[in-house]
Amino acid sequence: MTTTALSAISPEDAWMDYDEAMDLFDVVIGLEVHVELNTASKMFCSCPTDFGAEPNTQTCPVCLGLPGSLPVVNGKAVESAIRIGLALNCSISPHCRFARKNYFYPDMTKNFQTSQYDEPICFDGEVEVEADGERFTIPVERAHMEEDAGKSLHVGGATGRIQGAEYSLMDYNRAGVPLVEIVTKPVLGTGAKAPQVARAYVAFLRDMMRALGVSDVRMEQGSLRCDANVSLMPKGSTTLGTRTETKNVNSLRSIERALRYEISRQAGILAAGGRVKQETRHWHEDGGRTSSGRSKEQAEDYRYFPEPDLVPVAPDPAWVERLRETIPESPVARVARLTEAWGFTELEMRDVIGADALDLIEATVEAGCSPQAARKWWMGELARRANAADLPLAEAGMTPAQVAELQGLVEAGTLNDKLARQVIDGVIAGEGDPAQVVAHRGLAVVSDTGALQAAVERAIAANPGAVASIKAGRQAAAGAIIGAVMKEMRGQADAATVRELVLAAVG
Amino acid sequence: MSEPIFASAADLARDLAAGTLSSEEATRACLERIESSDGDVHAFLHVRADEALSDARAIDQRRASGEALGPLAGVPIAVKDAFCTTGSPTTCGSRMLEGWVPPYDATVVRRLKEAGLVILGKTNMDEFAMGSSTENSAFGPTRNPWDLTRIPGGSGGGSAACLAAFEAPLAVGSDTGGSIRQPASVTGTVGVKPTYGGVSRYGLVAMASSLDQPGPCARTVLDAALLHAVMAGHDPSDSTSIDAPVPDVVAAARAGDVAGMRIGVVTELSGEGYAPGVEQRFQEAVAALAAAGAEIVEVSCPHFSLALPAYYLIMPSEVSSNLARFDAMRYGLRVGDDGSHSAEQVMRLSRGAGFGAEVKRRVILGTYALSSGYYDAYYGSAQKARTLIIEDFDRAFATVDVLVSPSTPTTAFPLGERTNDPMAMYQADLCTIPSNMAGNSSASFPAGLAPEDGLPVGFQVMAPPLCDDRLYRVGAALERVLTERWGAPLLDALAGRDRLSEGGRA
Repeated sequence: MTTTALSAISPEDAWMDYDEAMDLFDVVIGLEVHVELNTASKMFCSCPTDFGAEPNTQTCPVCLGLPGSLPVVNGKAVESAIRIGLALNCSISPHCRFARKNYFYPDMTKNFQTSQYDEPICFDGEVEVEADGERFTIPVERAHMEEDAGKSLHVGGATGRIQGAEYSLMDYNRAGVPLVEIVTKPVLGTGAKAPQVARAYVAFLRDMMRALGVSDVRMEQGSLRCDANVSLMPKGSTTLGTRTETKNVNSLRSIERALRYEISRQAGILAAGGRVKQETRHWHEDGGRTSSGRSKEQAEDYRYFPEPDLVPVAPDPAWVERLRETIPESPVARVARLTEAWGFTELEMRDVIGADALDLIEATVEAGCSPQAARKWWMGELARRANAADLPLAEAGMTPAQVAELQGLVEAGTLNDKLARQVIDGVIAGEGDPAQVVAHRGLAVVSDTGALQAAVERAIAANPGAVASIKAGRQAAAGAIIGAVMKEMRGQADAATVRELVLAAVG
Repeated sequence: MSEPIFASAADLARDLAAGTLSSEEATRACLERIESSDGDVHAFLHVRADEALSDARAIDQRRASGEALGPLAGVPIAVKDAFCTTGSPTTCGSRMLEGWVPPYDATVVRRLKEAGLVILGKTNMDEFAMGSSTENSAFGPTRNPWDLTRIPGGSGGGSAACLAAFEAPLAVGSDTGGSIRQPASVTGTVGVKPTYGGVSRYGLVAMASSLDQPGPCARTVLDAALLHAVMAGHDPSDSTSIDAPVPDVVAAARAGDVAGMRIGVVTELSGEGYAPGVEQRFQEAVAALAAAGAEIVEVSCPHFSLALPAYYLIMPSEVSSNLARFDAMRYGLRVGDDGSHSAEQVMRLSRGAGFGAEVKRRVILGTYALSSGYYDAYYGSAQKARTLIIEDFDRAFATVDVLVSPSTPTTAFPLGERTNDPMAMYQADLCTIPSNMAGNSSASFPAGLAPEDGLPVGFQVMAPPLCDDRLYRVGAALERVLTERWGAPLLDALAGRDRLSEGGRA
């Protein structure tokens, strides 16, 4: 078919290797992140916000947009928005208004979204993130409050979208759930690391929101959603290129992958003399690609105007200052502080962060473990097991407190490394805390010198050659006797003690 | 007064409290009057006869058991169909909401119920409160009891006409550009638009959120004040509701004392376009207030001329957004849901079929005014004009206690006269719109009948925000002087008629 032939040579299919693209183009990224707040009630009514409730059971006249109903601002949501702004080093507006964003869609009960437009509550911030050992400053344009829409389930049809669906089911439980949208300014100068920087930024937001306690930030549940904008400009140019906005990027890994994909795709089009279409694109996790969505060539006119049903929000400056004192340390500052305190090298620290082990090690250290030992367990034995099971490190099966307890047993001489690994097996198998596993499996190092002494004597008798060598001054020969003792004791002996006993007996 | 239907709410309340009248009797009298006269007037879209009688009996029982009841307990009342009422349809005069029964009560309705008032039914209105004649109701116009060939005003023509037809002693209205005051003016009744935020809008189906304000409609100034006191007060469900004490409107209405008050006559609200009889009765009313001890001065409000054009940008802008929710997805009319249309097509078909011409006109105007590239020129400029109007009021209220003007430039015009001339229709709200734009309180009181056509003329009083009591002070003074002059309340002329008729003077 002709159409197939045409599409086969369409610039959509042009593609450029990432490194080659980086030689030819500068990348500009922009990120819009929606954070769903974990307030008990919705943005403009008192309905609960619990995730996963029966459809349409968490609704009222306000969030259903029934005629005559009116919104009232949730003060807790305003507080969360301000704290988010402060954590992003934003200015907090002393007086700001909500605005209506008008568009028709069945998941919008009022056919407008109550949002903020030209008067966001937080503006002009910046955050520092670290990607691949390099620090980048991400300028934040604004963070504003808005309400979420309902959820549509389109039944029938091939695409799962409203077009072609046989019918659609609407769940308005999510309608009116408070969101804070955080928008960056265009981020330039990140070079080939742009996708990693984007990932690091979203990871920063996730960690910061969690530290603030304002959101569950579960990307898989949609409580943190990211739209990634990217455009290319030829090296040396200062004119911004046409951007695409990629949606449905629902994990940190996908952010990086989706941006790499878009960069290669756009570079291919531009290098072939084509034109990048300004559009929304959808990321497909399975295929590892983006596909064309709604065209944005004709910009939608949302007819924003100030929300007349709400009075302006005017946070008391003294209150804002009190909130400022509740803002946790930024991740970059925290990493610097912990690197110093723990005495890790930068390389060690980078590995720790890359393995998502920072929080775990910190908690383990807080539970009384030395930093180096904590790092050894998490980055070694536990990382191996998590990798093998394809699980995040935090779900490897041990808590920081258990790791600290394990290390305590090792340091007390109760366990050696080999036994400790067996204890880990036991903890992961659900046999309890390390001490319980030791008791249950009978794994403690044998310290009954009578039994050990007997084993040592048997081993000496069975290895006359080694004994001769030791007597001749070659102490290394003791290894054979020690090995035999350990074997007999099935590993439940402290090697150092055995060595002492062997040398004493022979000497 | 021998018959309850002709009694004031205050008199009914007195008789109810004294036990010489039951709420059931008062309610039944109103229902019978509705039965006999509303075929001509068409003030009601929905009469809840059985429920009203049952509510009335419940109040009578509570009274009999010695329960302390509010001052208006047991008094029947009509409610404009723009207020949500559980158990009764709320249509806003639109096909779009035909048959829709809200699952919740408007705050105003809840307060009426809590105060023991008996809701007779829902009154007719221009569709979604857009109009000045009630001719835009999808369910047929209301007729003016003074002359059934003439308009009762709008949008709240039903609430005003039911009072003038003695079908109810009290009614609730809503006023966005004059929808309480202009109907009051042309029916010889009292209508008050409280300070914006003085009465909760929660449950009032929104036309233009920044302008809408519920208010009382009555036949006497005291009745309006008694109802005002029941309706008003802070409501946490409406964030534009003012958290401040309600001025003592009842005391003001009882006092009716204007001695020493400074009253400003607005220069700009007179002259060309004002009927001679309207100007004459207005001047006589001003003279009457002067005779009662008020000091009269002339005040210029140069930016009032901007009120109408600015209103017709801000109001439709808000309308275009407020009415977007009527999309056939969740409630109301649904057209084209036959499996062959997409959701978007069903929305389009339903809105096309469900909205009348005036609603569509305003939705289109507002959509245009808010469009990117036009916003600053239209909505933005209109907001600047609004600020200038507020400043005019502020300057005026720095020197006078209240401002006065005719309520509307003419008496009731004939049905059909302006239906094809929107601009002429919009002129009916020329005098009332400035107070909506500024948010101050304002009211219309009867000033007599125009000599040329024998139809009622309204006298508008405008007071600063939260000084609603001044309206009642002036209104009550005027009512006393004029009633003395006429020998009886203005509406007694209608009460004396055996039948409502066409053609004016009986």
